Amino acid sequence: MDARDVSLTINGVGVKVPEGTTILQAARTAGYEVPSLCFHPDLKPNGTCGMCVVEIEGVGVRRSCCTPIGEGMRVQTNTPRVMDTRRTLIELILADHAADCPICDKHGKCDLQRIGQDLGIREIRMPAKEGYSRRSDGGIVLRDPNKCILCNRCVSVCTEVQGVANLTRIGRGYHTKIGTAFDLTIEDSVCVNCGQCVVYCPVGALSSRDDTREVRRALADSRKHVVVQEAPAIRAALGEEFGLPPGTVVSGRMHAALRKLGFDRVFDTNFAADVCILEEGTEVVERIVSGSPDLPVITSCSPGWIKFMETFYPGLRRLVSSAKSPQQMFGALAKTYYPREAGLDPAEIVSVSVMPCTAKKFEADRPEMRSSGFKDVDFVLTTRELARMIKESGIRFEDLEEAPADELMGSYTGAATIFGATGGVMEAALRTAYHLVTGGELENVDILPVRGMEGVKEAVVPLPLPDGGTLELKVAVAHGLGNARRILDRIQAQLAATGKSDYHFVEIMACPGGCVGGGGQPFGSTLGTREERGSGLYGEDRSLRSRKSHENPAVQRLYETFLGSPCSEKAHHLLHTGYGQRERVHGRSVD
Amino acid sequence: MTTRQIVRSLEPTQDNLLAILHRVQNDSTRNFLDEPEIREVADYLELPYSFVYGVATFYSMFSVQPRGRHVVRVCASPPCHLMGGRTIRDELREYLGVEFGDTTEDGLFTLEMSSCLGTCGIAPAMMIDGEIYGNLDGVRLREIIDRKRREEP
Ligand code: SF4
Ligand code: SF4
Ligand code: SF4
Ligand code: FES
Ligand code: FES
Repeated sequence: MDARDVSLTINGVGVKVPEGTTILQAARTAGYEVPSLCFHPDLKPNGTCGMCVVEIEGVGVRRSCCTPIGEGMRVQTNTPRVMDTRRTLIELILADHAADCPICDKHGKCDLQRIGQDLGIREIRMPAKEGYSRRSDGGIVLRDPNKCILCNRCVSVCTEVQGVANLTRIGRGYHTKIGTAFDLTIEDSVCVNCGQCVVYCPVGALSSRDDTREVRRALADSRKHVVVQEAPAIRAALGEEFGLPPGTVVSGRMHAALRKLGFDRVFDTNFAADVCILEEGTEVVERIVSGSPDLPVITSCSPGWIKFMETFYPGLRRLVSSAKSPQQMFGALAKTYYPREAGLDPAEIVSVSVMPCTAKKFEADRPEMRSSGFKDVDFVLTTRELARMIKESGIRFEDLEEAPADELMGSYTGAATIFGATGGVMEAALRTAYHLVTGGELENVDILPVRGMEGVKEAVVPLPLPDGGTLELKVAVAHGLGNARRILDRIQAQLAATGKSDYHFVEIMACPGGCVGGGGQPFGSTLGTREERGSGLYGEDRSLRSRKSHENPAVQRLYETFLGSPCSEKAHHLLHTGYGQRERVHGRSVD
Repeated sequence: MTTRQIVRSLEPTQDNLLAILHRVQNDSTRNFLDEPEIREVADYLELPYSFVYGVATFYSMFSVQPRGRHVVRVCASPPCHLMGGRTIRDELREYLGVEFGDTTEDGLFTLEMSSCLGTCGIAPAMMIDGEIYGNLDGVRLREIIDRKRREEP
């Protein structure tokens, strides 16, 4: 039903917006940027910062992010009173803020810095607190409480969007801080390392572990042979760091930049994503066709989701596909298959990955991820870290000539590239499952119902069976762990009631939007930006000659010369894994 | 009663959170909420541990650190201040031998500052555990503390 339109004036200009719109949204519609710190369009407004104040005639100064419009309202966004209020508030925030911008991770992308500049703050009249101590703890998600402006965005995304509820406000008044239950370090908490708090933090109070130095050292070491893989989602977002619009696909320039940085082989995670589809697709088909009680099969490529599952839904772990994520499949092959083909000693190889994801750092460090006999993935860089390395090396990204990845472990199909968007793994798997079951090929490979930004997507996909019948495959896709909870609770309830769930195959990605929305991606995104990144990947999929994983010649070669067949013993040893159970305060393994 | 029984003495609705936390803390000899207790409450009300912990740290009546057997809260709001609250605070610090926020060595008293206790008519005022003491002066204050000490077994 259409909401009623309401008329009001913003700075004297008449606008008509749907009832229930906030003044902030209305002002932005009318073309006025109202500064905001605690407000983020993807999150519920909480009204903590006051930066968005406006003056309403006959009412007074109000916070526009959490004040709904009213018929005939006359709003001024820029009166002297409004500007003074904003200035005072930002001075108060800055009075208790360790403003060391040049060495801050958010420099140039920081809302506080930008607003301070826009308002022309040149002096802080309030005495600053003395003696800031540095970062409070280690781990993958790093906090710097001296920069926290208590906007609550991290708490909101961790609790309402991710359903992890690891973060909370501790204490009250001046001593309030952001922390975890029982004030554990983030490293010791149930944090799943999704990094959403990092990308939603408007300032530099949250950041992620930087591993660029270790990678630089390996690149500079002539005894090391350094190979790199890049996740599907990198190519649709890396360009943003160089001024390109979100969703611009820069695969060619990304490969070229990595070569310039000195990597000995530039491969592509997409190759491993195709492998992953053969492994996981085979597992799905086997379980479904054999009528296994372990249904649905739930995807396993998102390490944030895996830690979440081990902590909050360990009872469902038998349903999760044993296939490792593409990153780890690649890592295992980079130190077995690759050195065998290239005549190298696996001990010389350093395997680096570029991921849109902070949880991938955790995954690579998991003790079981050593099936090659070495650490399968030595270092994980985020998209932001790669961009920094490119800038630091003075490589002019915009001038790079497009280049392909090295073929052996770098060729990929469209099925692999859509892994980076929510629904992509499901779609890619269905394209190959069809082939595995029928021996034929799906004519129209675009499986639209599983695409898009809807939090939980469900579809029934008809799958012709060898015996002439048709299986109505019931699938579901969830992105963002809060959405995942909805579908997992349903499955749990079904299992508890009848011992059986009516879903066959479920895709779960920890981050809203899928990997394109990962915690390692460029700052400043919204769900809208993430959707654009996803569209970029669907565009690349359409442009590729081959769009089904089983048609990838490099993958076929891998099976012919090395692995045998999907889910063979060797494939099991290198490309599959198992899951544990974690305790609900510390997130530590308990078995 | 076990913690579990205390927690379950009220309905598992989220608006009972504060009441349950009070009951649990009142049962604690050290006047605080420990980790297993907070987990018990959170699990019962189906709330995240972080949320209940956040609530327990927000309200000054609760503590997540062990405190003394008696919590002495001295009012620091203006009406009490005007009636000599400042002196009362200094005397208490001296007589108990601890700073605000700290607990005496014998574990008997924790000294805390409070905002208005709602008894400004008898300013300056303080509260020990649930009880209000007003019209304080140095002598009365010592008597009250001594009496509490004597009550100890
Ligand atoms: S958070 Fe923003 S204002 Fe603060 S130091 Fe970093 S860039 Fe500067
Ligand atoms: S990384 Fe994810 S789980 Fe961890 S605190 Fe941030 S939002 Fe919560
Ligand atoms: S850590 Fe960042 S997002 Fe969280 S409250 Fe502080 S400033 Fe806001
Ligand atoms: S943006 Fe409105 S109060 Fe912070
Ligand atoms: S001001 Fe002390 S009791 Fe009210």
